[in-house]
Amino acid sequence: MLLIKCPYCDETLPELEFAYAGEAHITRPPTPAEASDEEWRDFLFIRSNVKGAHYERWRHVHGCGRFFNAVRDTVSDRFLVTYPAGGLRPAVDDVTGSSK
Amino acid sequence: MTQLPTHFESGQLSATSAARVTVVEPMARFSLRAGQGDVTAISEALDLALPTKIGQRTKAGATEAMCLGPDEWVIIAPDSEAVRLESACTAIYDQAPHSLTAISDREITVRIDGPRAADLLTLGCPRDLDAILPNEGRRTVFDGVTVVLWRDAEQEFRLDVWRSFAPHALSLLVTGCTELALE
Ligand SMILES: [Zn+2]
Repeated sequence: MLLIKCPYCDETLPELEFAYAGEAHITRPPTPAEASDEEWRDFLFIRSNVKGAHYERWRHVHGCGRFFNAVRDTVSDRFLVTYPAGGLRPAVDDVTGSSK
Repeated sequence: MTQLPTHFESGQLSATSAARVTVVEPMARFSLRAGQGDVTAISEALDLALPTKIGQRTKAGATEAMCLGPDEWVIIAPDSEAVRLESACTAIYDQAPHSLTAISDREITVRIDGPRAADLLTLGCPRDLDAILPNEGRRTVFDGVTVVLWRDAEQEFRLDVWRSFAPHALSLLVTGCTELALE
């Protein structure tokens, strides 16, 4: 079972307490009525589907109830870092420790 | 699997050499949501210092509070205290906006104690229970259902389960009581 650190509870807890909530840092168009069909399609459906460090949302649904963000390596399934919702997107190099 | 009725009266559900599961008397329960800046004012009004760390509990008289999230608490008290708590919060609503919701009937509480009470909980709860110290608690999951777990002593717990999920969750506890006693 994956162990996930909730940044609000400050505890590393079993995956069963959490729910996955899709890619993180997807910004809703500020004026949706002015978005073109293509922009709206991209906002709703188009995701990065990366191989490697993936920025994603999780919710501590059977716990504090909060949404938060995580960077997870989609190859190893390892959580690189978790941080509160609304927090700045950490740079990949900072969370993987690589310099490429 | 033990089949339980959907209506629960207070009293013993199961008692073996491993553990006992007892439905406790009804009580008043409130869900409190408030911002960090208003916690002090609400604490003063309730005459109960609200804990600010998730999982911590405080008690004043028979009224108990546990911090469930960054802006969320559960408060339990005898039925006779409910009106006092509600009016105390109403009185400071303008200065310290918050949400106080009566949830008394939403959940039922069972007491789980006995020499293997903690083992019994591990049947449905994936948490490391050693990380929850006596006089702490957490909201967590038990057999797929969200529950609030209160640890009162090394081998004594209370479990708040939503009423509609109670037959499911408590059935596992009753079955587990019997199975652990056979080991
Ligand atoms: Zn949490």
